[in-house]
Amino acid sequence: MADFIINALLAGIGLAMLAGSLGCVVVWRRMAYFGDTLAHSALLGVALAVSADIMPIIGVAVIGIVLASLLFWLEQRKELSNDTLLGIMSHSALALGLIVLSIAQTKGANVDLMAYLFGDILAVSREELIWIYAGAVLVLSLFAYLWRDLLSISVHEELARTDGVSVNKTRFMFMLLLALTIAVAIKVVGVLLITALLIIPAASARLYSKTPLQMVVLSMLLAILSVLLGLGASLYWDTPAAPSIVLAAALIFFVTNLRHSR
Amino acid sequence: MDNNILLAAENLGLKRQGKTILSGVNLSLRESEIVTLIGPNGAGKTSLIRILLGLSQASEGEVYRRADLSIGYVPQRTSINAVLPLRVRDFLQLGARYKDDEIAQVLHEVGVSHILDSAIQNISGGELQRVLLARALLKKPNVLVLDEPAQGVDIIGQQALYKMIASIRDHHACGILMVSHDLHLVMAATDQVVCLNTHVCCTGHPDHISEHPEYLKLFGDALDGMAVYSHHHDHEHELNGAIVCTHHKECGHRHG
Repeated sequence: MADFIINALLAGIGLAMLAGSLGCVVVWRRMAYFGDTLAHSALLGVALAVSADIMPIIGVAVIGIVLASLLFWLEQRKELSNDTLLGIMSHSALALGLIVLSIAQTKGANVDLMAYLFGDILAVSREELIWIYAGAVLVLSLFAYLWRDLLSISVHEELARTDGVSVNKTRFMFMLLLALTIAVAIKVVGVLLITALLIIPAASARLYSKTPLQMVVLSMLLAILSVLLGLGASLYWDTPAAPSIVLAAALIFFVTNLRHSR
Repeated sequence: MDNNILLAAENLGLKRQGKTILSGVNLSLRESEIVTLIGPNGAGKTSLIRILLGLSQASEGEVYRRADLSIGYVPQRTSINAVLPLRVRDFLQLGARYKDDEIAQVLHEVGVSHILDSAIQNISGGELQRVLLARALLKKPNVLVLDEPAQGVDIIGQQALYKMIASIRDHHACGILMVSHDLHLVMAATDQVVCLNTHVCCTGHPDHISEHPEYLKLFGDALDGMAVYSHHHDHEHELNGAIVCTHHKECGHRHG
């Protein structure tokens, strides 16, 4: 098999493990819009990274962490509802990202916008692969460490608080983990499609799980399956890779739902 | 302070956006004592409970908690996140890890052994209430805080519930602080009733409080058109619907 295919497979599987597991918490805590907001801000991270001539994944991670902190702080003030705050942040970050990117382009930087919007999984380099796996190991270990507290606050925040779980710390940590996940995802599926990979496998797994852990494992496996099917389709029919992966995830969702409702 | 006192509020006040929610509230809970907090909607009952639990802060006054305090809390009728697959067994393990037989024992005590492996979203409201109680008991609490445990439970169910709460007090020797909007059924098991309407209107043993002028002012009119109807059933229902014959042998009639 050609090197670029192996790299693409490894990158896709690395991201699938992250998105599949964290996606369950995103679904439980209804954070889909939050994921979208972080993803949109990723473009700003890319633009700044290009201007400063550093790796995009680092720019995206830094901007994601800054934005997550800002959102966390604004949420505490409870002056506006969360979806309004997210809407404001999401689009201003996107707008700022596009402007910074166009300034970088007029200064002569060579940036392919499409590659960041939809990912460029078939062009993942060995160096990027190392970054993806370093990120995945970091995020998954922190996720395992936070697991019990995350579960408690997802089931019932008030009860978790009386059990001595520090709800705000756990929420904030999870927001940071999501920011890192999006940094890992940018090269693989891009800004516009990452939320799909967080939500769809988790939603398919829900129907077939009796316990939270089962749902996480199943969701990871379904995300990996989506990557394999999507990449296969992309190579066979020459369709764009990231959309094919997302479409594979969506097909799995519809098939499992139909089977379940019969 | 009296070492029997587990939990106390001293001159507690709470203001939110200029509105007085609580003012000058004094309250104490002793070992093996059942205190029932009653009051109309908006009287500040839940706000007071939240302050006592440490979930929110008072604007003025002090909360005393004995050093060895372990609080079991059963929130007001609540629902559990339905998108999260969770069995009753897993739910009980969320706060800490417990042994299987501890869990079986405590579920038996609250009368819902049969739902150990059910999905928590599929059990009835009454069963969930008992699971929440079981969860609180697993922490081996010396204070149990129950927010409106009888809400939405029919009168037969309330009798059973209060009997159970009284027996929990006897077995676990814990102080119980209970919120209720209904005076009449609480009274049998309660040592002290505190009637709250922003401030403490009156407090005392249940027999006395129903004659207190402040209490009558609050509830008097509302009670005018009501009467107590005593049921004389010859059988009871377990939570799962099974009929239990109270006169064991000579039942006299056949059940369904």
